[in-house]
Amino acid sequence: MNRRKSLSVAAPLLAAAVAVLAWAGFTPIHVSSREELFEIPKGTYARRAAGDKVEILPSRIRLTLGLNDVLLLRNRDDVPQVFGPTIMMPGQEFRLPFEQAASYQFACTAHASGQMTIDVEAEPVMPWSRIHWRLREWREKH
Amino acid sequence: MLLGVAALANAAAPQIAAPPEDLFKAGILSPVMPAPALKLAGSDGKPLNLERFHGKVVLLAFGFSNCGEVCPITLATLAGARKKLGADAAAVQVVYVTVDPERDDAAQMRKFLGSFDPTFVGGVGTRGEIDVAQKSYGISSTKNMNPDGSYTIGHSSSIYMIDRTGGLRAVMPYGHTVDDFVHDLKILLRT
Repeated sequence: MNRRKSLSVAAPLLAAAVAVLAWAGFTPIHVSSREELFEIPKGTYARRAAGDKVEILPSRIRLTLGLNDVLLLRNRDDVPQVFGPTIMMPGQEFRLPFEQAASYQFACTAHASGQMTIDVEAEPVMPWSRIHWRLREWREKH
Repeated sequence: MLLGVAALANAAAPQIAAPPEDLFKAGILSPVMPAPALKLAGSDGKPLNLERFHGKVVLLAFGFSNCGEVCPITLATLAGARKKLGADAAAVQVVYVTVDPERDDAAQMRKFLGSFDPTFVGGVGTRGEIDVAQKSYGISSTKNMNPDGSYTIGHSSSIYMIDRTGGLRAVMPYGHTVDDFVHDLKILLRT
């Protein structure tokens, strides 16, 4: 009797979980913006010059084709900053799209190491890859 | 578990995707600011400054004539883009500034660039003048010595895209195709 009762509770839960996983795996992912924004704060150069090795930007950034595949950098500092392929003047933005899945190495003066890596992943189109992507996003946000 | 999965579902709720229109293949800079000035000598025997090319789209890059890999690929790509543009290529000027002023003089750059496209103009000058140009565009270069005493130079390999009015609009990282350049040049030529 108890076993039957447990089953009557577990079965709907299992069915709901399967339904959510099915949704997560088979529903295409949509995002509000394909831009991944990072800002170089005001005073970064001065802090570096004073010997502060604090990291302003992550040394590794992950992007996903078709979802967030445009890197948007804002230079809020008072001096020009070199990010990889370009120099950004104070107040300027640099919007760099990616179309190839690969790992990109860039020089970046906003980093103490002077280097920045951008990992661009393929678009998650298979059910498992969509579930994996959604789960990772959820983990990073919570 | 169900709560976790439900939260996952909620976190990834579908929203409206809105890809930017007219997205460049290159990285774009905004607001657009004037391209840093160049005060060099041209491989064509004339002073090299950007004012000379107002009204044209300028593709500006840095390299050296003894470069065995990156520069030939970049220059071949730019030559291919001009060729593919047809008549519109007349409004596109490639400027290639040396990072090796000790070996690259005007004649050397003219010969090197001419093998890709005779319209390409090289930028040469003293070490001090080249350093100023490199710094203003954030170009790094490092001399690497070979065992036999010769050397090569590692350098930034992006291509700066300057619009018809002298504004620095976009930067194409190394490795893009002829079609990518043609795509962006068509946008720049119509604006």
